[in-house]
Amino acid sequence: MTTTTIAGREVHVNDEGFLTEYDEWDETLAAELANNIGVEMTDEHWAVIRFLRDDFKTQGETATTRRVDTVGGFPVKKQFVLFPKKPAKKMAYIAGLPKPHGCV
Amino acid sequence: MTMTDTAPAIVPNFGDEDEVDRKLVIICSKGNLDMAYPGLVLANAALGEGIETHLFFTFWGLDMILKSRMNDLQFTPVGNTAMHMPVGDSRIPQFLTAFPGMQGMSTKMMKKQIADLGVPEVGDFLDQIVAAGGHLWACRMSVDMMKVGEGDMYDGVEAVINATDFMEISEGGQLLFI
Repeated sequence: MTTTTIAGREVHVNDEGFLTEYDEWDETLAAELANNIGVEMTDEHWAVIRFLRDDFKTQGETATTRRVDTVGGFPVKKQFVLFPKKPAKKMAYIAGLPKPHGCV
Repeated sequence: MTMTDTAPAIVPNFGDEDEVDRKLVIICSKGNLDMAYPGLVLANAALGEGIETHLFFTFWGLDMILKSRMNDLQFTPVGNTAMHMPVGDSRIPQFLTAFPGMQGMSTKMMKKQIADLGVPEVGDFLDQIVAAGGHLWACRMSVDMMKVGEGDMYDGVEAVINATDFMEISEGGQLLFI
């Protein structure tokens, strides 16, 4: 277990810097995480991140890009615009969730 | 609870600044349901990692991009010694695998297993790959051999290309033949 300070607060992270405790996350923290990886958060970004948070709560795992599209209603193309190049990992990082487990 | 270390803030490296862009080229040469998915899954994963991805459909793989066939690919247990009974390790005897109805039943079962994982049908999967920026190419010789018209093909196919064009597209890429 490793902790680090983000947005003036001590949080648990893994060796890649992803948060490991669901409840340590809030939107202030997320804004800082997004800033760390050069993502400028807009309402559209927040809508995706909130979906990921809620979905994780009920499913116990991080939604894949496929699921963010079919269940969340955010088209894959849009995800690539909002979180360029590696949407699945970037969304998970900002949402304070583990990287998606599924292949698709 | 285990010991806790305090570390300086770690920011994951998403490779956005990497100068060398990775490219993956997948040749899809099979039209069986079970052989269609490896290429699609890997292409989708590659795109999700920001890798430039090309899929080249040749010979039987052409069925994956024919509108009338793409969502009706079949799986046959014939000649597949890794076919087991639904529960346990016992094998399905090979002489049974060619029985009438076995292909339909096996296909139905496999399609259900795929859908249960939330993995889309071939057509939807291609939609997702194209939306993620993937490039689809059809093989000139296969198209001519099988007398396929442009209108028969999935709309996301960029062009029918020949072997020389393929050499240009695949330059510097990592190649996968399925």
